[in-house]
Amino acid sequence: MSEPLLTIKNLKVSFDTYAGEVEAVRGVSLELDSGETLAIVGESGCGKSVTAQTIMRLHSESNTRIKEGEIQLDGHDIVHADEKEMEAIRGETVGMVFQDPMTSLNPTMLVGRQVGEVIRQHERVSRKESEIRSVDILDSVRIPNAGKRAKQYPGQFSGGMRQRAMIGLSIACIPKLLIADEPTTALDVTIQAQILDLMKSIQREENMGIILITHDLGVAASIAQKVAVMYAGKIVEQGTAEVIFKKPRHPYTWGLMQSIPKCDQKKDEDLYVIQGTPPKLIDPPKGCGFAQRCQYCMRICKVQEPPETILEDGHRCSCWLLDERAPRVKPKRKGGDTVGE
Amino acid sequence: MKKYLAKRLLLSFLTLWVLITITFFMMHLLPGDPFIGEKPISDVAKEALYAKYGLDQPLPVQYIRYIGNVLQGDLGESMVYKGKAVTSMIAQAFPFSLDLGIRALVFALTGGVFLGIVAALNNGKKLDTTVMILAALGISVPSFILGAVLQYLLGICLSGWTQGMWGFRMFPISGWNTEMDKIIPSFVLGFGTLATISRLTRTSFLDVIGLDYVKTAKAKGLPKRKIVVRHMLRNAISPVLTILGPLTAALLTGAFVVENIFNIPGLGKFFVSSIQSNDYMMIAGTTLFYGTFIVLANFLVDILYVVVDPNVKLAGGKE
Repeated sequence: MSEPLLTIKNLKVSFDTYAGEVEAVRGVSLELDSGETLAIVGESGCGKSVTAQTIMRLHSESNTRIKEGEIQLDGHDIVHADEKEMEAIRGETVGMVFQDPMTSLNPTMLVGRQVGEVIRQHERVSRKESEIRSVDILDSVRIPNAGKRAKQYPGQFSGGMRQRAMIGLSIACIPKLLIADEPTTALDVTIQAQILDLMKSIQREENMGIILITHDLGVAASIAQKVAVMYAGKIVEQGTAEVIFKKPRHPYTWGLMQSIPKCDQKKDEDLYVIQGTPPKLIDPPKGCGFAQRCQYCMRICKVQEPPETILEDGHRCSCWLLDERAPRVKPKRKGGDTVGE
Repeated sequence: MKKYLAKRLLLSFLTLWVLITITFFMMHLLPGDPFIGEKPISDVAKEALYAKYGLDQPLPVQYIRYIGNVLQGDLGESMVYKGKAVTSMIAQAFPFSLDLGIRALVFALTGGVFLGIVAALNNGKKLDTTVMILAALGISVPSFILGAVLQYLLGICLSGWTQGMWGFRMFPISGWNTEMDKIIPSFVLGFGTLATISRLTRTSFLDVIGLDYVKTAKAKGLPKRKIVVRHMLRNAISPVLTILGPLTAALLTGAFVVENIFNIPGLGKFFVSSIQSNDYMMIAGTTLFYGTFIVLANFLVDILYVVVDPNVKLAGGKE
């Protein structure tokens, strides 16, 4: 088998803050092949975006440190690349779509120029040619009347259209990897479907690898072949989408699944919530990050980190419940049963 | 656009009319009159002077007469510098003020924006602190102190030294003839403005620095220099533009102290001394002149907004 497009091994990233060191990512390992989509899911502040931004080294150099680990992207050693090398990689080998299309485009630059800028940065083309190509790109991301639209400012675009333009500029140089950081969170549901559909079709055409960061399990299910569940700076469970959605093994994944509102849920029934909040990563817990909130927490969970257990088909899960000495537990119910109270 | 311009022009004239009206009546409230000199003059002579300058008429009549003259471009005759028209005095002195003001402005604007950007990009580091200390100094040290200190350090100490070494004086203490003469006064006049601009630039750059589109620009693979110039500068410059109007006017008109220290024959002297000597025509004339300047500067800045930020639309303007 050939090298995967992206390999992340035991990545650890920390922020230096006035209060101390925040361990935002605490040992993440991932793999992604061309043409594959990986969804990273998890709640806010669990390190999803930091992981993604580290792949492009977008974080501020002054207070963020890659403490450990390796990132190999298409033969590039990201962790040790210098700034010049990174500039060549960004936009060319890997593109990024951000969450909020309202703010991720420059309000004082013509949309066509913002797309053309990427092309001119990475390829030796004339201004004229980059203009023609940017119109083509805008057209390919299904912006109607692209020729006219290219000569407008982002302020004249709707949210969905801006996100399409944003996707357009991130794929302008046909990168091998596209990172989409919650690309649909700020959009309404119909537009969401269109954007996901667009990403899928681009992926098919160009055989791109996609990393999709989301906290919407529905979005993950509709596009991803692989899913990684992150919690407190670590991947607690990862595997194929099928396995994660049908046979999840980690109590946190169970919690996430149960938190999805059900259509047949009774009106007066409370929505399921995972009690508590994620641990503060400025003072990371000693044992399992989820122990404080876990219904099945055992004594060992609070003292020692669970090892990663490899199950069938690359399904990997870090939980003490998978240890042979642990009691066999099942999620209380598949549907939404409420905890406590 | 045309409609907007017409509206602005009308408003500008209205502003100037209000300004001149208030100035006119207030200056006549000042005690004394222009003809009180060292030696008292006889009542007959005084009456003759009053009649000559039309001061014997009731105030409203004087006012209407003055406005009429102004509309014809005649700002009257100075009552202290006898026989000289206010317009010709302005024409004679203003080029010096303009020269000084523009030099100071260019220095303040380029230096201020540059330092502001440098400080913002190095936020929290030593360079940032240094620039901010410099800015605090610039804002708090008055120009007459800075002027005197530089006159001493550069004009006397340094120039004395260069004279001893190579036989020429580096900087003169005063005057406005050679290019070397103009360096220190322009610096002194512009320094405070530079400090204001650099602080403002720094603040608005810091607002922009963390924005998503800056991250987008970085994700495109653009080098830092291009990110700053293409993506940050244009979005961060609006607040600087806002104060540019008043600052320009202030630099072109507020140079009285600097002109005085460095003995530059500019307009500032007349502006201030005319009030002390009750030179009515001069007060009204210079005030109107400066007022026109401020109005004009603000007007130009409003136009600049539209050029810089495409999201700003002029009221009444059509796409």
